[in-house]
Amino acid sequence: MTWETIIGLEVHVELKTESKIFCNCSTRFGGEPNTQVCPVCLGLPGALPVLNQQALEFATRAALALNCQIAGYSKFDRKNYFYPDLPKAYQISQYDLPLAEHGHVDFIFGGEPRRVRIRRIHLEEDAGKLLHSEDGGLSADANVSLVDFNRSGVPLIEIVSEPDLRSGEEARAYLNRLKTILAYADVSHLKMEEGNLRADVNVSVRPTGSTEFGTRTEMKNVSSFRAVVRGIEYEAERQVKVLDEGGSIRQETRQWNETKGVTIALRSKEEAHDYRYFPDPDLPALDISRDFVEGVRANLPELPDARQARYVRDYGLRDVDAGILTSDLSLAAFFEEAAGLYPKDPKAVANWVLGDLLRIMNARAAESDEIPITPKQLADTLMLIDRGTISGKIAKTVFEETMATGKDPEVIVKEKGLVQISDTSELEKVIADVIAANPQPVADFRSGKETALGFLVGQVMKATRGKANPGIVNELLMKALK
Amino acid sequence: MQIRREDVDHVADLARLSLSEEEREKMTRELNSILGHVDKLNELKTDGVQPTFHVLASLKNVTRKDEVIHGLDRDRALQNAPSQKSGCFAVPKTVE
Amino acid sequence: MALYYKSAKELAGMLSRREVSAVELTRAALDRAEQVEEKVKSFVTRTPDLALAQAEAVDRRRATGETLSSLAGIPVAIKDNMNTFGVRTTCSSKILANYIPPYDATVVDRLNAAGTVTVGKTNLDEFAMGSSTENSGFFTTRNPWDTSRVPGGSSGGSAAAVAVGEAVISLGSDTGGSIRQPAALCGVTGLKPTYGRVSRYGLVAFASSLDQIGPFGRTAEDVALALSAIAGHDRLDSTSAPVPVPDFTAGLNRGVKGLKIGIPREYLAAGISPAVREAVLRAVEVLVGLGAEAEEVSMPHTEYALSAYYVIAPAEASSNLARYDGVRYGVRAGEYSDLVDMFSRTREEGFGPEVKRRIMLGTYALSSGYYDAYYLKAQKVRTLVNKDFEEAFRRFDVLVTPTAPSVAFGIGQKTDPLAMYLEDVCTIPVNLAGLPGMSLPCGFAAPEPAAGVAGGGPTAGDGNGLRLPIGLQIIGKAFDEETVLRVGHAFQQATDYHKQRPALDAKGGARQ
Repeated sequence: MTWETIIGLEVHVELKTESKIFCNCSTRFGGEPNTQVCPVCLGLPGALPVLNQQALEFATRAALALNCQIAGYSKFDRKNYFYPDLPKAYQISQYDLPLAEHGHVDFIFGGEPRRVRIRRIHLEEDAGKLLHSEDGGLSADANVSLVDFNRSGVPLIEIVSEPDLRSGEEARAYLNRLKTILAYADVSHLKMEEGNLRADVNVSVRPTGSTEFGTRTEMKNVSSFRAVVRGIEYEAERQVKVLDEGGSIRQETRQWNETKGVTIALRSKEEAHDYRYFPDPDLPALDISRDFVEGVRANLPELPDARQARYVRDYGLRDVDAGILTSDLSLAAFFEEAAGLYPKDPKAVANWVLGDLLRIMNARAAESDEIPITPKQLADTLMLIDRGTISGKIAKTVFEETMATGKDPEVIVKEKGLVQISDTSELEKVIADVIAANPQPVADFRSGKETALGFLVGQVMKATRGKANPGIVNELLMKALK
Repeated sequence: MQIRREDVDHVADLARLSLSEEEREKMTRELNSILGHVDKLNELKTDGVQPTFHVLASLKNVTRKDEVIHGLDRDRALQNAPSQKSGCFAVPKTVE
Repeated sequence: MALYYKSAKELAGMLSRREVSAVELTRAALDRAEQVEEKVKSFVTRTPDLALAQAEAVDRRRATGETLSSLAGIPVAIKDNMNTFGVRTTCSSKILANYIPPYDATVVDRLNAAGTVTVGKTNLDEFAMGSSTENSGFFTTRNPWDTSRVPGGSSGGSAAAVAVGEAVISLGSDTGGSIRQPAALCGVTGLKPTYGRVSRYGLVAFASSLDQIGPFGRTAEDVALALSAIAGHDRLDSTSAPVPVPDFTAGLNRGVKGLKIGIPREYLAAGISPAVREAVLRAVEVLVGLGAEAEEVSMPHTEYALSAYYVIAPAEASSNLARYDGVRYGVRAGEYSDLVDMFSRTREEGFGPEVKRRIMLGTYALSSGYYDAYYLKAQKVRTLVNKDFEEAFRRFDVLVTPTAPSVAFGIGQKTDPLAMYLEDVCTIPVNLAGLPGMSLPCGFAAPEPAAGVAGGGPTAGDGNGLRLPIGLQIIGKAFDEETVLRVGHAFQQATDYHKQRPALDAKGGARQ
């Protein structure tokens, strides 16, 4: 029997407000433990929440960017459970009336267009952070865990997908696209290493062709895309094995262990949850007006699809190239600035970005927000070619050198003596030498074998270490061979 | 509706109350007595009646500006901690 | 009359005319507490040093010619479920026995700004759950009229402190009657304002959709003074109403002529003692004599209010009290095997029986499979209860009912939780609807015979033997505390029930 994997993702995204969702404490990452706390986010007796308007706006903006319908009426509910990082022993979240529903994300996977439906997006508060001895640092005592509440109350949106994904790699493609859209929408810092984006992963398997869903398990708080992919693959394989052996899948929460590369069932006592949701009496309901939604929509930044279409339309790029450029906000911004500085040939700019730039960045495993060359440096390089100062080939060397050192291309050309040789008398000498040294190709050319010219040009370039102006070399060679 | 002894056990788990055997027995009786009174609610038809979650129905969309105000200094935040360490609240280890 | 028994209004005049200093007045209250506290036990924590420092500050400011609020220098007691910066706040629970708040409740802020003098934190039923203070995790407060009886609750300490002269004004909180019922049982005036009128920020939550802070005083006028100081929108409480706050003392003397008073007949039905019923009806006659018009009205859903309340309040409480887990504050269990065990033992050891009962009830009512049948159903019934009020207030300016079904009962007399819950049968509907309600003394009666004892005792107004106060409840429209206070003030101008003081100093407590 063959099996099909069914995956649904619940993605938690921290919003980039200055202050927390229900109090005025800073959301800044990396502060000393428990220095960004107050009675509200510590859950002290008597403290009460007040909603941050900006959190509501960011959440709405994200929902619109993900093609959701915004609710006319929404409210906050309490999700009750005990855990040391949850100060009130309930999380303020949204249950039956989420902020937004019925969205979708379109992306390309395996060369094919795919659409994952978004079931709902709701707004909630983050919990604090637990530190364990094995994480090193603060807690040396193996019998205790330490709690830092700086993160408690950072605003989150939870983006719940329908079970539309079928493989780990497809889940990665979806997550990448989701991250791109959220970056364009400018609602989160999206720093994976700071936990700005975490996923709960629901996995089940069913016999290929079946239309019913199998029993699913949930992996909570998976914090890298790589772990999502590996976790899904492991979990699908595990479930298939259990079923193949005649067993059955228990609906349970499992934890992905990155070091061991396995998922482990949590103790049933800790996951025996009955969240007892009910409307939070401390927070009045939200009447979300059309005006508010349209106001947010009007201020929505340009999204990747729109930008891709614009690149095709305005710059004459191929759709696939425009797609790659816009798949990353930093890359697109780089391209667009460089194209602005070199308006005569945006396609050439695109080729450089998609070619050399990405190749070098990939080789270095650099993040897209750390492009080590400025758009101006790329444009300047292109202009050096246009002016005949350097050849296209030398330009590649200059470009690599700029990426490596950050030095401006003019400086590199000067320092390394890379200026192109266009002086005819100097070149005529070299050509004479090349003709003398290569009688056979010369004879071939003269007998009508035109390809031999290329070889001779190459010899001249070699002799000048690439600095000869290829156009002039061509011209002079033809003259000399007549 | 009658609450059974095993319901009491389950609810005590949910509420994180380690009730004694005796308390559980007594709780079962008392909750049944109270719920017996509460069952009076079923005499009323409430189809189509909206629940009153907030008594001030006109109060909606209460929000504040996104601005940072320093809260508590760490010493104050931790002053009531039953157990603390390295500027954090200390609890029994959470995962094995 | 002793200084400590005068009204805030009168004392404010004396203070501003410098006939008495804030320090002298504070000493009078502190001395009074020294004298009676052992018998009454109003306070969980007394704060004489703080009080004297605050009083000295007021005197200094007055000496510089500064214009001070009318409450400046008035000794005030605060229920121990309101946060006071640096002053232990226990909710009368063992679980918070050592808790020192790092912030002030908004009401405490506002009182401090008005220059009141904090004499202490008063006893309550643990987390405000109860009607007698017998559920306090520490001790039971005594009724100053008879120390073998309860002061009512949950704000029993605050009511007793004002009744016995340990404070001139006090603050209580009222979720189902916790200001009004003890006011009735202790013979003082107590107001639960409209939900949203007074900020709940810093009030330790019991049932968030019902809780409201309000003042106790010796007169409706004192209560109006105190309400003016604490009322008003607070940006820290999302449920506080952005409505203007009038000077609640301004319209007190406008009388009741032409005012329409409704008498809901369901509130005088079975379960209300004859003496109470009689006293309430006589109070209505007094008001009619002053020019009001009174008429009976039916509020058919009244009998369901208690059932709805005992789902809604415990459900909210079960969530509000989940934070007492031994992690960030409070008393953690001494021994435990792991995290879950630490939670469970901390809560088992820290909470008393009534709190546990309500947590269990509320957890059950919200749990999977029961939410619709209990919680949702109760909130729908709440809508029906509220509709009764809406209808009634189309015809009437205020409604008048008993506050409590009977006078103060004996300590240890009510052992069945349900019997205790029935104490609040007249006050609970008002919380469900979020309306303002005030209790004020409207008569005295001999104690009820204990359950099972045959024969009736002396009736209201009996001049001999033990006399216990009866409370009249005046219910107003939302945000119309002014009319409630006006009716109360008119009644007190025409009667002297509120001027009676317990004879605590006589031999055998209050027994004469």
